[in-house]
Amino acid sequence: MTRKQKRLAMIASIGAVLMAAVLLVMYALRDEIVFFYSPTDIVTESKARPGQRFRLGGLVKEGSIDRQGETVRFVITDTEQELPVTFVGILPDLFREGQGVIAEGTLSGDGFTADTVLAKHDENYMPKEVADTLKEKGVWQGGESTK
Amino acid sequence: MINELGHFALVLALALALVQGALPAIGAARGDNRLMAMGPSLALGTFVFIALAFGALTAAYVTSDFSLVNVWENSHSAKPMLFKVTGVWGNHEGSMLLWVLILSLFGAMIALFGSNIPPDLRANVLSVQGWIAIAFLLFILLTSNPFERLDPAPFEGNDLNPVLQDIGLAIHPPMLYLGYVGFSVTFSFAAAAMISGRIDSAWARWVRPWALAAWLFLTAGIAMGSYWAYYELGWGGWWFWDPVENASFIPWLAGTALLHSALVMEKREALKIWTILLAIITFSMSLLGTFLVRSGVLTSVHAFANDPERGIFILMILIVFIGGSLTLFAIRAPALKAGGLFQPISREGALVFNNVFLATAAATVLTGTLYPLAMEALTGAKISVGAPFFNITFGPLMIPLLLLMPLGPLLSWKRADLYPALQRLFWIAALALIVTLAVAALTTDQPVLAALGIGLAAWVMLGAFAEIWTRAGIGRTAPATSLSRLGGLPRTLWGTALGHFGIGVLLLGVVCVSAFERETVTEMQPGDTASVAGYRFAFEGVLPVSGPNYSEQVAQLSVTSPWGNVFAMRPAKRIYQARNMPTTEAAIETIGFSQLYISLGDVAADGKLVVRAWWKPQVTLIWIGAIFMVLGGAVSLSDRRLRVGIAERAKSRRKQAEPADASA
Repeated sequence: MTRKQKRLAMIASIGAVLMAAVLLVMYALRDEIVFFYSPTDIVTESKARPGQRFRLGGLVKEGSIDRQGETVRFVITDTEQELPVTFVGILPDLFREGQGVIAEGTLSGDGFTADTVLAKHDENYMPKEVADTLKEKGVWQGGESTK
Repeated sequence: MINELGHFALVLALALALVQGALPAIGAARGDNRLMAMGPSLALGTFVFIALAFGALTAAYVTSDFSLVNVWENSHSAKPMLFKVTGVWGNHEGSMLLWVLILSLFGAMIALFGSNIPPDLRANVLSVQGWIAIAFLLFILLTSNPFERLDPAPFEGNDLNPVLQDIGLAIHPPMLYLGYVGFSVTFSFAAAAMISGRIDSAWARWVRPWALAAWLFLTAGIAMGSYWAYYELGWGGWWFWDPVENASFIPWLAGTALLHSALVMEKREALKIWTILLAIITFSMSLLGTFLVRSGVLTSVHAFANDPERGIFILMILIVFIGGSLTLFAIRAPALKAGGLFQPISREGALVFNNVFLATAAATVLTGTLYPLAMEALTGAKISVGAPFFNITFGPLMIPLLLLMPLGPLLSWKRADLYPALQRLFWIAALALIVTLAVAALTTDQPVLAALGIGLAAWVMLGAFAEIWTRAGIGRTAPATSLSRLGGLPRTLWGTALGHFGIGVLLLGVVCVSAFERETVTEMQPGDTASVAGYRFAFEGVLPVSGPNYSEQVAQLSVTSPWGNVFAMRPAKRIYQARNMPTTEAAIETIGFSQLYISLGDVAADGKLVVRAWWKPQVTLIWIGAIFMVLGGAVSLSDRRLRVGIAERAKSRRKQAEPADASA
């Protein structure tokens, strides 16, 4: 092989690796991304298909937490609409009524079954998506509470 | 008073950094030795003043001086002393101060140990370090001043976030920053080389120890962070593919690639353009990581409250440095001459292969991390990209890399014969195959992937020592000869072997824990028993205990192993009074390389509580593998310093000896 051919072969094989990576990424981005919805998106606009994984975010409704053994039921609200959530396992330490929360899972029958409830390390922290949705609804201004 | 001195020292450091950014570079451009010689003293001065500021803030924390907003927000008089000190960097302002402290420390180290670097290159390197220092000192002074006062001073502080009150905070951030910021040195070297136009194999020889040191600390920092999150958060996970984790992992991937390509540049003067570009990219990714973590634009499980205003400032720094260095690169790169030629099958070829896969992997992780931002900006849809995405894209890219890892070091430079190299690996391949078949036969109820993964780990672990085995002639010469040859091998060889072995160990841990983990969640009341993977645990009740600044409910569990020995485990639920914030303290029992991990839910009024228990087989290998990698880096580094040092010392001795001879 001449030097030019060698270089071409090298570029072609690097290109092949990159191409494979791009295809993998595109495939994974089609199937593995998880959308974030508020209860309004689900209840009034029915944006999620049954069985589709998504993240549900909002506030934990006051007085809605009901523990039955290792199963916990609570209601996520964005003050306009609300959705009951079922979760099996241990809730994060900072899970409280009236606080922002993100749950990940699927719609099932009458509500939402979560397999993950997103925790936070800091009580002033409001997940960005939740903060945005609540700001849209004019419920929570945020930002100032950290100081 | 000390606080004002600290603030003043920080402003002085900025002034010195401004001079450091300007004069040595001007000196290098004009060939003025006096201006260039100012670089080292300026770098030391900047370091001293930033250290003074850092010391002043530490003093405020130690004495619980709540007249500082920063101390009031993040400290408490009842906090144990260790956490008062580590609390200095357990918040945004303090952690940025630690960032510039480490940056200036690297500058000071170049000043002290860089006497073998040509003066104009060193002057330019120190100037670029100065520019980075200017940007971040401005950031601290304008948006995140830790010395802001509070009047009147409150009587008691708000306490440090309980999750951070752990020995992990003493180790993880400094290590991680030593890694992140350590790559600023390779960046400065790249920028300086492009300014002065001198890019050759000598450049790679000066840069490689710095890249290696930064890589070593970054590896240790990421591993420590992973173990910390694992035991502190109580979810039993060791890696979440979370944006904050990815922010440190992307520079690691790029830095690992840089380490390998700099080797080619040093030995064969090839891949020059690519190595320079990698040096720029690696530090750019460190800056991007700082931005992602500090701005809070991405939702993360590790996120703390933060302020978007500051994010924009860091974004500006990011744009200036990445944009500036890439522009310089675009101007200078075409003038570079291609270096040594090589055949596709050669050591160089293997290292190019390594670089292609590592760089592609870094790009996919970056894509997955930034995709939610792009989607939201373009379509307004809010999405998240989770672990499945990264497993699908990152996993397949790693497999070819791991498969060829034992082969690379066996190939000779320039042009290699594949056949003898494969011959040397024959027995290792056979052993790995036996391991695969044995695991597959023993675990018939498990997916075959687990057996393949363990076989791959065996291949990588055994293959790591193939080069040493061959070079020592084990099995082909007398044992005594082999032994003496082993002792004579260069340390870098051992470093490479240990590093690659560590990857194999880590892989083994990852595969075992992913495939064979067992988990159980159950509600228990005193007297109940439950079991996971053959370990039976009996719940005996809850004891209240009070600590220095918290009170806790400690569950008393008595665990019986499958072999009948009994031990106690004490998971707990803590409440930190100052913030009235609960934390979970998981109980972890290490058995061999495996761990039994028990975490608690809330304790109900009637004494019932939810217990979540995991059996995590061989999980500690994940971090033990990282320890091997760090060890490998350290061994390699000791070799280089020794060699460079000896050469230097020999030269200076000769210089001293010459005049003596003349006079005699």
